[in-house]
Amino acid sequence: MSTTEHSEFIDSDTGKMGMWLFLFTELFLFGGLFIVYAVMRSKYAADFHHAALELNAFVGATNTVVLLVSSMTVAMSLTAIQQKRGGKAMGLLFITLLLAGVFMVNKYFEWGHKFSLHLYPGSDVMQTLPHGEIMFFGLYFMMTGLHLLHVIIGGVLLTVVLFKINSGKINSEHYLLQENGALYWHLVDLIWIFLFPLLYLIT
Amino acid sequence: MTKSITQEPLNYLNHKTGLWSWLTSTDHKRIGLLYLYSITIFFCTAAVLGLLMRIEKMAPGQTIMTAQTYNGMFTIHGIIMVFIVVIPGLAAVFGNIMLPIMIGAKDVAFPKLNLFSWYVFITGAMLGLYSQFANGHSPDTGWTFYVPYSAQASSNVVIALTAAFVLGFASILTGLNFIVTIHRMRAPGMTWFRMPLFPWSLYATAWIQLLATPIVGITLLMVIAERTFHIGFFDPALGGDPVLYQHLFWIYSHPAVYVMILPAMGVVTEIFPTFSQKPVFGYVPIVFSSMAIALVGYFVWGHHMFTSGISYESRWFFSFLTFLVAIPSAIKVFNWLSTMYGGSVDLKPPLLYAISFIFLFTIGGFTGLTLGSLATNIQLHNTDFVVAHFHYIIFGGMGFAFFAGIHYWFPKIYGRMYNFKWANISWGFLFVGFNLLYFPLFIIGIQGMPRRYFDYDPKFQMGESLSTIGAFILITGFIGMITNLIYHSRKGAIAPANPWHGVTLEWQIPSPPPHENFDEIPIITHEPYRFDNPYTK
Amino acid sequence: MKNHDNHISSDTTNWTVLLVLLILTTISILAIKIHLGAFTVAMALILASIKVTIVLTYFMHLKFENTLLKLMVGGVFLLFAVVIAITFIDYYFR
Repeated sequence: MSTTEHSEFIDSDTGKMGMWLFLFTELFLFGGLFIVYAVMRSKYAADFHHAALELNAFVGATNTVVLLVSSMTVAMSLTAIQQKRGGKAMGLLFITLLLAGVFMVNKYFEWGHKFSLHLYPGSDVMQTLPHGEIMFFGLYFMMTGLHLLHVIIGGVLLTVVLFKINSGKINSEHYLLQENGALYWHLVDLIWIFLFPLLYLIT
Repeated sequence: MTKSITQEPLNYLNHKTGLWSWLTSTDHKRIGLLYLYSITIFFCTAAVLGLLMRIEKMAPGQTIMTAQTYNGMFTIHGIIMVFIVVIPGLAAVFGNIMLPIMIGAKDVAFPKLNLFSWYVFITGAMLGLYSQFANGHSPDTGWTFYVPYSAQASSNVVIALTAAFVLGFASILTGLNFIVTIHRMRAPGMTWFRMPLFPWSLYATAWIQLLATPIVGITLLMVIAERTFHIGFFDPALGGDPVLYQHLFWIYSHPAVYVMILPAMGVVTEIFPTFSQKPVFGYVPIVFSSMAIALVGYFVWGHHMFTSGISYESRWFFSFLTFLVAIPSAIKVFNWLSTMYGGSVDLKPPLLYAISFIFLFTIGGFTGLTLGSLATNIQLHNTDFVVAHFHYIIFGGMGFAFFAGIHYWFPKIYGRMYNFKWANISWGFLFVGFNLLYFPLFIIGIQGMPRRYFDYDPKFQMGESLSTIGAFILITGFIGMITNLIYHSRKGAIAPANPWHGVTLEWQIPSPPPHENFDEIPIITHEPYRFDNPYTK
Repeated sequence: MKNHDNHISSDTTNWTVLLVLLILTTISILAIKIHLGAFTVAMALILASIKVTIVLTYFMHLKFENTLLKLMVGGVFLLFAVVIAITFIDYYFR
């Protein structure tokens, strides 16, 4: 950037407020899908009940636990950086990224299973299902797909944080980026907390 | 930074030169100008499309284009005007240039994000243009992208949807930046109720941008998913619900109307006190009416769907809230009139445009109530009455406020003054042309002329032809206005720092403003519209 | 970019929060087995909301932020609830 004469000073409260506002927009992005879910579910309660049985609640529960634990490790990593323990902070972030990987592998097998059963939008099997079940699987793929995209973005963000801790750019004095990265990761968790019962449990 | 050899003092326009210094500048004033120039180009493009449509309707039957071309034209006209011109318009141009100065800050909270927003905006705008010229034919769904047609049409709908999605993202980032700026960057002593009213209106606007835009974002993604993966949320054949699309679309697109009109109200609220040399009448009610419009405006989306088969209960609910939102709007009109009452009114071009804003906005507002009542809506829905109504609000309201704003802040932005006589003559053409263009549409709309038709029954010819003549007069006025401004931005007489004797902060610094606005951050000790302050003596 | 007077949550707090969240997850899985009719959905959503509140409060440090931010977060969730409710004025009565 050639014209950076303005002071580069972004204080922590300003930066965090920007991140929170951004999280609001993310909530409303998923909010649109929740509205569709609510309307469709009220319209096709029985079909939703039936289609949800197809989903493996055990895989869903595993992923819930994985994300909850990763949320804790990312929070602990922030604590560690505040206490000037960069090594611990990096270790915890690494565990977080591993857990993100576990989540994605799980999701890969779960989606793969659905595809092998020809349960994907536009498939021949799907056309024969009752309307409500088509809607359910449409929402399932759209919601978990968009969520997966956020897991990936969050993972990239935390990787950047990891490297910046390593290079000392994030330290016990300046850790706004890590705070914001953690906030983003918690949002990913937060959305899953709603998705899990709505898709896997309400059978 | 010190290599300038001109005698002019250094300011944001000349402290660095060359195209590259503009494209990489994080200075809020330069970014504002980037928006101004790009939006002007897109406005001219879409205005030409509008003119071509009017020529087509000069006489019944096909005159200069086919029905399919006409469908493409009203769609692209709508997409450009709504998503590229009027929604970002005032906030991105005058908000960027003036907001930090008016609250006594050196820049917005996130300058780099601000520049990034402009690039996102340009990307979206280019995609919008591309949808027009890419293989296949231009989108013909109308700017509303209603399903099921938009899910089936063979035209470049996906590109246009992506364009709207990307433009929405730019809008979100600008809103986010402004909210944080207003919360965190106000000069010392500038409490919330010492903040001028244009920043207040931007604050209300920014919240809508932030909280409504994501909904349309996901909705457009759902239509894209529908077209590419056959998911079928809105397709009745697969169990989907087309009316649900309308809900989601208008949850954003109705508040978007307030994204356009709130900053417009903010601009004229700055102009009336300055040209009456009198404090604004009812500062606090104006603040609360802005917030009330933003809040209540979020809940009235269903009044676009009265004939779409929504439940009776929700129809009267939405109708009731629509009438409710008229109250804060009316409060503002009374405040503007009372501000002028008893002041030393100086009818310079900015005030002329601002007064015509009140006139046109009031017509647009009242016809909005006609559409908001359930019984008359059945008759008027999807007629030219609707077209006339929203052009009175968007063009007569937002457009004229934009013209008022550019005439008001022009000497501050460029440090030069335009020709008053030319500005006044152009205003005459614009005002007469505007009313001649759109008022007949009210009448033929009531008589039953549907919107978006390229042909019409000969009994409507009187109204349609008058309207086309109006379009030519309007364009003449616009050319006059923009020539005056462009020419005098370089050749005009040097303008003093405070030509209108304004009292808000932007008038207390040199014209054009220095690169970092203030040598010393001002300390605010009183409310914004006090005309006995020492600066104006 | 300097961070100052930020609250630092202890590891014990983080572990406790995780434990509570896991317990609530278990409850919500078990509660589904009990047939409560229409109340099943409400139950699942209430439990999810409690979990979300805990994540917001402790993991996201909302408890230690200023009142303004708390109001904003509350307002955003409230706004979304109102939007859903208004949409259902249509669907419920149709």
